[in-house]
Amino acid sequence: MSDLSRRKLITTGLAAAAGVTGLGFATRAAQKYGLIPPDHGGIYGLGETLNYASQRLLTRHSLAREFAPAQISKIPVANEIAPPTEAFKRLQTGGFADWRLAVSGMVERPASYSLAQLKSYPSRSQITQIACEEGWSYIAEWIGVPLSHVLEIAGIQPQAKYVVYSSIDPEWWDSIDMADALHPQTFLAYGMNGGEIPVGNGGPLRMRVPRQLGYKSVKFITSLTVTDNLKAFGKGLGSASPEGGYAWYAGI
Amino acid sequence: MVSHPRFYWGETGNIHTPTLFKLPIPASRNLVPTGYGYVLPDQNGWSRYLHFQSAWVVVLTGLLYAIYGFVTGHFGRDLLPDRTGLSARALRIAIAKNLRLERPSAAEAGSYNALQRLTYLFVIFVLFPLVIWTGLAMSPAFVSAVPAAVTLLGGQQSARTIHFFVSLFLLAFLLIHIVMVFRAGFRSRMRAMITGNAGTTMERT
Repeated sequence: MSDLSRRKLITTGLAAAAGVTGLGFATRAAQKYGLIPPDHGGIYGLGETLNYASQRLLTRHSLAREFAPAQISKIPVANEIAPPTEAFKRLQTGGFADWRLAVSGMVERPASYSLAQLKSYPSRSQITQIACEEGWSYIAEWIGVPLSHVLEIAGIQPQAKYVVYSSIDPEWWDSIDMADALHPQTFLAYGMNGGEIPVGNGGPLRMRVPRQLGYKSVKFITSLTVTDNLKAFGKGLGSASPEGGYAWYAGI
Repeated sequence: MVSHPRFYWGETGNIHTPTLFKLPIPASRNLVPTGYGYVLPDQNGWSRYLHFQSAWVVVLTGLLYAIYGFVTGHFGRDLLPDRTGLSARALRIAIAKNLRLERPSAAEAGSYNALQRLTYLFVIFVLFPLVIWTGLAMSPAFVSAVPAAVTLLGGQQSARTIHFFVSLFLLAFLLIHIVMVFRAGFRSRMRAMITGNAGTTMERT
């Protein structure tokens, strides 16, 4: 047992103590720079925090990969995640002319926008991949108005940290931090592959967050709430995903 | 894997595209037409949390181990096979011994034979880096910062397929490793692993 000397034990003990102290400092720094995700509690909180913090540091401004028109998938997968509600079917009958997007919370000018208004803003398009956490993926062209443009019109207050967005089905809501909300590829998308977005793919209005997995690109968007704290939304975990067992941050 | 037991090559893959191969199991999502008429319960949420948390444990301990291995010369001394061990004759003898399921002699307890050395080097320097790389290549955020991570592999679905096979190899390595530790003498091998001392003089079995 000569290998397990006292010196080795003391060194290991000191290293462990330094590690724990370092963790304390790291936690405080992470809080200061907004690197702690809302679902940081629980037994998987540490892994989730490391994912979010490291990817946020690495990808604050990076752009999702864009593809050539020839790479667009012939059939975009239309999975029925949220069966359209009665309210949705009524709006569908009217050709979505009465679809509204309400913007509220920490903004100077809370307002409600029609699809026509959203379409009157400068439109952008991107050919990006949508990857589902299940393992499948497809590439499509998405047309819409950058979320940052609508937030600029509404005038976000400086203390804003997150944008909460909800589908017409209130069970299905999510949120992103300002790095993703102000990201040039984060769209309020109303068009796909040169036409309208089919209902199966989230039409008439879908959030598009190409640097995260498909479930963050919530379909049938009707409201945006700008906030500095996610505690008041649902169970306070940031979105419906952690309430159903899924990570809030889906960049991985 | 269970939510979408279909594998593809290239950038994209889904129920509307041809597969490279399918696993003969029911899926945990009804989107996938498996033909079994049965949908398994969805366990993806906590599995994904556990997967990524475990990945951090692997990456961080792996980094420490790699730094330690290079600094102390462990890789060069204990894992790089020497020329005599790599000769065709020596390899043939080592393979034959394994195939006859011969237990290692006490003289072999102090160091690794060439087959062991080659296997460990392959696991440490090929399989682990590859499983981490292909995993990161599936992350839409990571590849936004490092696009080459996925383009070099031929696309996101290629990365997923390679990730699947490499994880199978790692699982096989783990299982065979455990079986061989049992065969070589569980107590003495565990003591050697934990204390770093093969200590043939301390053998009591």
